[in-house]
Amino acid sequence: MFISLLQILTSELPKITGYIYPNEYELHWSIMIVVYPYLTGLVAGAFILASLERVFNVKVLQPVYRLSLLSALAFLLIAPLPLVLHLGHPERALEMFLTPHTKSAMAMFGFVYAWYLLAVLLLEIWFDYRKDIVTWSREKTGPLKYFYTALTLGATDLSEKALAFDDKIGRTITIIGIPSAFLLHGYVGFIFGSVKANPWWSSVLMPIVFLFSAIVSGIALMLLVYMVTTMFRWKAMNMLCLNKLGEFLFYAMLVDFSLELLDFTQRLYESEESIAILSQMITNRLFVSLIISQILLGTLVPMTAIAMARFGKLPNELRRMLYFISALLVQVGIFSTRWNVVIGGQLFSKSLRGLTVYKMQLFGLEGLFMTIALLVLPLIILYVLTRLFPPWDPNEKRRPTAPPAS
Amino acid sequence: MTYEAPKMKRREFLETVGKKLPRWALLFMAIDPKKLLASPEDDYKPEEHEYAMGIDIHKCIGCGRCANACKNENHVPREPMFFRTWIERYQITEDREAIVDSPNGGIDGFPETKGEESVLRSFFVPKLCNHCKNAPCVQVCPVGATFISPDGVVLIDQTYCVGCRYCIQACPYGARYLHPEKKVADKCTFCYHRIRKGLLPACVEVCPTQARVFGETGSQSSPIRRFERFHDLTVLKPSLNTKPRVMYAGADGEVR
Amino acid sequence: MRYRGVPQQILPIVLIFAVIIAVFVTGRILFVPESFGELGHYRARSIDENAAHDISYAGYQVCYDCHDDVADEKAQSNHRSLSCEVCHGPAADHAEAPDEVLPEIPRSRDFCTLCHGYNAARPTGFPQIIPDQHNPGKPCLRCHEPHTPEPPHTPEKCSACHREIANVKAVSHHASLECTRCHEVPPEHLSAPRSARPKKPSTREFCGECHARGADSPREIPRIDLAEHGQRYMCWECHYPHSPEAGK
Repeated sequence: MFISLLQILTSELPKITGYIYPNEYELHWSIMIVVYPYLTGLVAGAFILASLERVFNVKVLQPVYRLSLLSALAFLLIAPLPLVLHLGHPERALEMFLTPHTKSAMAMFGFVYAWYLLAVLLLEIWFDYRKDIVTWSREKTGPLKYFYTALTLGATDLSEKALAFDDKIGRTITIIGIPSAFLLHGYVGFIFGSVKANPWWSSVLMPIVFLFSAIVSGIALMLLVYMVTTMFRWKAMNMLCLNKLGEFLFYAMLVDFSLELLDFTQRLYESEESIAILSQMITNRLFVSLIISQILLGTLVPMTAIAMARFGKLPNELRRMLYFISALLVQVGIFSTRWNVVIGGQLFSKSLRGLTVYKMQLFGLEGLFMTIALLVLPLIILYVLTRLFPPWDPNEKRRPTAPPAS
Repeated sequence: MTYEAPKMKRREFLETVGKKLPRWALLFMAIDPKKLLASPEDDYKPEEHEYAMGIDIHKCIGCGRCANACKNENHVPREPMFFRTWIERYQITEDREAIVDSPNGGIDGFPETKGEESVLRSFFVPKLCNHCKNAPCVQVCPVGATFISPDGVVLIDQTYCVGCRYCIQACPYGARYLHPEKKVADKCTFCYHRIRKGLLPACVEVCPTQARVFGETGSQSSPIRRFERFHDLTVLKPSLNTKPRVMYAGADGEVR
Repeated sequence: MRYRGVPQQILPIVLIFAVIIAVFVTGRILFVPESFGELGHYRARSIDENAAHDISYAGYQVCYDCHDDVADEKAQSNHRSLSCEVCHGPAADHAEAPDEVLPEIPRSRDFCTLCHGYNAARPTGFPQIIPDQHNPGKPCLRCHEPHTPEPPHTPEKCSACHREIANVKAVSHHASLECTRCHEVPPEHLSAPRSARPKKPSTREFCGECHARGADSPREIPRIDLAEHGQRYMCWECHYPHSPEAGK
């Protein structure tokens, strides 16, 4: 079945309908450019979730606070990779720092990224973990001792005053971090939304839709990561935390879906020159990825499930299952969203007279396997990070039930 | 066409006169429009020139010689998905549908289509980079590898292009492609290497019916000036405010 | 490691950021290419690099420098506005080494019909033939010298050049009419078709010679009241004369 799915995805059927400009036979932005906003979305979403605990004092989210920061870091480290892989001349990538074109949305990526990585995420994690790092540098032995000692950067003062300062500055960074996270992903939306040549992309709502879908994907990611890590550590799941995550996920999805509906309605009602070809694209080329995968499986089904789990009277076991399945579906849905924006925006000709197809490679730098690798890599990094910087609460309860005999 | 005096003599003459009476020399040069296109011997100053192209739809016979010459002149890959210029055929049917095609950019001609009785009107439209004054491709280039040169030609610095393809996405006219070997963006340059030598772009040179007109907008005796005076002109996708330097005479409303 | 109440943590962070900014600034100074930014946000030298490519098409003036005989001949013909390299291909190499590189000479019918094969999208009046009907199989060059493409002997029938119209007329009610019944053709049209054009009828009365109520013409020809029918419109605004049936 997997093979036949691959064949469907990669088959080159003579599917060009109508007229496309000759230079449009090649699709220029591949699945790598789908992965990139998906990854940055997870980063922004996870960070915003963390800031809920820190800045807005949603204390029930304490169990996922540090985990969210580490996840954001793990995904942020990989986020630029698909971009670099996609360049015709990756060796020239640093030109974006040397001669950034201030009028280009894309040129600012390097700076927004560097700012977010260095000034926000790494700093916040460092200040948050400083006390632990100093402690570990004293307790551990062997190479790890040197590792943690180096990470203290010589700041080993654990006096009450120093720790209070850590806390204060951490909070300040989070406050700066919220608009930064908005900037990071809203700006990715602007890269697409500002292309006036492309009626599928060109929309003022694009940055906002990107932002809310980022929050959705980030919360869903943390739900998954929290559930999986807690399960494998044989700890009890904090239902209060899970319910809160579910609640926020539901609200974020509600806003996200409403915005997308608004965008859709506006387009349909204004019915501009491009509407004929866009409708044709939605009903033909994007039917599976937009109607089925994004709207039905990725939005409506999980929203219903989460609402039932959060607000209905259900046993905790069932709730957890619903959350888990919903969060998985949401990830599929958000990936489809990115796909529909990036690939969808290239499936119709700018002559507005025809549709083309995207033929995905299997191997190669922009192929399916590379995509899978790029999606798995952050999880591996996250695993390493959680080993080096355990984000768990030391007073966590053991899982009440005995593990089933296998 | 009149014959020119041997080149060396004219050049010597111009040099002598030019030093003493530069303005007068300029007026003299204005007699020969070709001389007003840059001449290789002179010190070329881009800011003193501005080029534009005109396309007369009523004159285009769809022979595809322009697209062919462009590929020869600029070493554009021969595959049918890389074009700096190409020709589209529009057929407006009796139910007022526009059917457009461009088999191999028009280089091999346009096969007669079946059921032609139902065609109301039909015409050819040559397409190329519009060399916009307000060029979206230049705006989005993250590193400054594509730019509007002072003489109004949108050029690409192929030694600097990172190959991100944002410019290709931003071009409303589909005029850009990624060069399959060089892995950088590529497109029409108005044959910049030719116009700097005082020659016409290859497509204009070979157009058998003068459907393509090229010249300096600032010169009174330029063919583009005459073209602008005598035709009702339009540009492609004017609503996008790209301000193209390629103007169309007689383009149907269906053209986009 | 404490400086006047500044918390210990600040110093390493400030240092790290200072190093990053220093690396960035030095990098820019060292690696931003020469001439970048002189004229705008690009490498100014790229303009000259773009101009430095070799040419493939020499331009007709260069051809005429040597081939002035052909130029003179061509100047009188209907191909006078054609550049040599339209047919002979890029010739810059030939101009450089005339004996070593020879330009192409296309001889097939397929090449000529790229321009002169009938295509409905071509502008009206552009000379077009239907290859299957115009001396099929014969090389064009047998009758037409490409530099002076006027046929050596005057075509006997209008359909030699106006085949598409002839085909339409042949199945219409005007099939039996000679072209010259309506078009006054100056004799020069046969040798200089574009400069000496046939005349077209310009009055309603001309059509009325056959179609008016009292016209002296065969009885089966449809009649109209010239004063009433169509009023202020010219006949050909509704009836295409080569296929004049009234609209469906």
